[in-house]
Amino acid sequence: MDVWSSLMDGFATALTPMNFLYAVIGVILGTAVGVLPGLGPAMTVALLLPVTYALEPTSAFIMFAGIYYGGMYGGSTTSILLNTPGESSSVVTAIEGNKMAKAGRAAQALATAAIGSFVAGTIGTTLLAVCAPIVVQFAVSLGSPSYFAIMLLALLAVTAVLGSSRLRGFAALALGLAIGLVGIDSVTGQRRLTFGQPLLADGLDIVVVAVAIFAVGEALWVAAHLRRTPLHVIPVGRPWMGKKDWQRSWKPWLRGTVFGFPFGALPAGGAEIPTFLSYVTEKRLSKHPEEFGKGAIEGVAGPEAANNAAAAGTLTPMLALGLPTNATAAVMLAAFTGYGIQPGPQLFSSEGPLVWALIASLFIGNLLLLLINLPLAPLWAKLLQLPRPYLYAGILFFATLGAYSVNLQAFDLVILLVLGALGFMMRRFGLPVLPLILGVILGPRLEGQLRKTLQLSAGDPAGLWSEPIAVGIYIIIGLILLWPLAYKLIRRNRPQNSSLLPANSGAADYSD
Amino acid sequence: MSSKTSGLKGRAELGVALLLGAAGVLVFLDANGLSTPYSHTDPVGPKTVPFIVAGLLVVCAVLLAVNVLRGGKGEAEGGEDVELGHPADWKTVLPLAGAFILNILLIDWAGWVISGTVLFWGSLLALGSRHYVRDGIISVLLSLLTFYGFYLGLGIALPAGLLEGIL
Repeated sequence: MDVWSSLMDGFATALTPMNFLYAVIGVILGTAVGVLPGLGPAMTVALLLPVTYALEPTSAFIMFAGIYYGGMYGGSTTSILLNTPGESSSVVTAIEGNKMAKAGRAAQALATAAIGSFVAGTIGTTLLAVCAPIVVQFAVSLGSPSYFAIMLLALLAVTAVLGSSRLRGFAALALGLAIGLVGIDSVTGQRRLTFGQPLLADGLDIVVVAVAIFAVGEALWVAAHLRRTPLHVIPVGRPWMGKKDWQRSWKPWLRGTVFGFPFGALPAGGAEIPTFLSYVTEKRLSKHPEEFGKGAIEGVAGPEAANNAAAAGTLTPMLALGLPTNATAAVMLAAFTGYGIQPGPQLFSSEGPLVWALIASLFIGNLLLLLINLPLAPLWAKLLQLPRPYLYAGILFFATLGAYSVNLQAFDLVILLVLGALGFMMRRFGLPVLPLILGVILGPRLEGQLRKTLQLSAGDPAGLWSEPIAVGIYIIIGLILLWPLAYKLIRRNRPQNSSLLPANSGAADYSD
Repeated sequence: MSSKTSGLKGRAELGVALLLGAAGVLVFLDANGLSTPYSHTDPVGPKTVPFIVAGLLVVCAVLLAVNVLRGGKGEAEGGEDVELGHPADWKTVLPLAGAFILNILLIDWAGWVISGTVLFWGSLLALGSRHYVRDGIISVLLSLLTFYGFYLGLGIALPAGLLEGIL
């Protein structure tokens, strides 16, 4: 098959000694920052963006692939050994994982997380390799009206579904769109929001925005609330599992994968909902329901697999449509543009070798994670004890260095500080950062598609719904926006029916 | 949480609404100032989207203000190293921002090695590290290492500044 030969070519590219080295660096770096508190995969990719501009795009993306999966895996180590999950996607893992660790079964918890991540990641990446070309085939037939609708759906879905307050999500989105407006309008050459500053004419560099919001904002926020009582890290040896643990783990791994991939692939999927669904399912199906809440291995195996499968799923719309649905994918998309590569359905034909090398390196990274993480787990646990002043001073230091090295302008550092302060404020008042980043990245492209659409229809707004796909998507958007209203009505009519899901994970219901 | 602290926090959050509103007005005024003759090749023009964004900002500002006045509260973000029990520790944040600003002022004139050292050492100090000498040595090494690393490894010449000719 075509996919097969392209993938083999991808492996050939990814397995050259230099590229393999970048994959190893990416995996180790990704796991390290995933384990380190305060650092997530999105921040790491953002911090590394400027540095990688000196590399070949292929090598850079191979490294990003390693960081992406490594970061997901590292996050689970932290939540098992510390019980304070860093990312929302590992909240569920922490429930049973930390109980297991406290009961002296940290080695088994880490093992089932690592092997489950490997299984789910491999199946998920296979699905990605199979699905993405199909999505592309379908997508190349779409015109600007449909693209406009799809991008709008991604923005609104992420904003409305994730997070606890829709209002605050929309506020963050609006700020992001405003930041995206800064600079010269590409069609008419007019300067927008530049306030006569020539340095703003090229727009705000997406690297600077991402580093400011993720790294500087986070470092300032943590500094303001630095934990005064040190955390207790549970010591751990080399992870291993007994026969009984395998028997209890393999089904949850597979079920978690089934939950994770489709949710990751949806425009507003994310990993929170599938991990939660997987947890609830395992609790129901388990032969040991009494162990749940006290450290059931199924409660670690299922959600961890769901988390990793969702991570693979997220890459499907990112590569096939140019649509990022989580923070790391958003920053990786910014990296594409940084290399002058146009994301979108034409990516597979215009940058085929790069995309397939990226997919191949996801398989390689997955295997490397398993080989590296099982023996290195005790070392990762030690990393949790890094003195916090060094950690956060280091984040600020490298954020400055990265943002400055893009253009060698001190002015960028002023923007870094201002937007860092914005990131601080957003964390303090519960404005989610993901809608802002997506607004900055997708806003200009959304405007481009809007103008193209109306140009084709000679200014007639009916051009916006001139394609059947676009109409379908507008209906879905309507459902998402009206959902809370409908939900309230249903709740009012059946007050005795208590929901298993928390109120904000209503997204489960528009998956079909 | 006592009612007093939640009241204070509620009032602070009105500042967010104010910021959103101000941003909305700014975006509107800026777009309004653009002069664009109508063109058939670009019926949307450069103004439409800014107007929509401005509208969204203002609507969010109003709704947020109403929400806050009714007792709504944004949930502060947690994390591994975050303890939300105590109020924001400005004695840490302000010196940290100070070290950052010092770096901005110094970087083009004194060069990265000096300004980076100041940034890292100052940040450590602000974050409560008290190993002055050890921290100083680490700061200098880190700045030198990144300077040469960027120059030799990536071909990016960070400013040498005052140390021009020595480095």
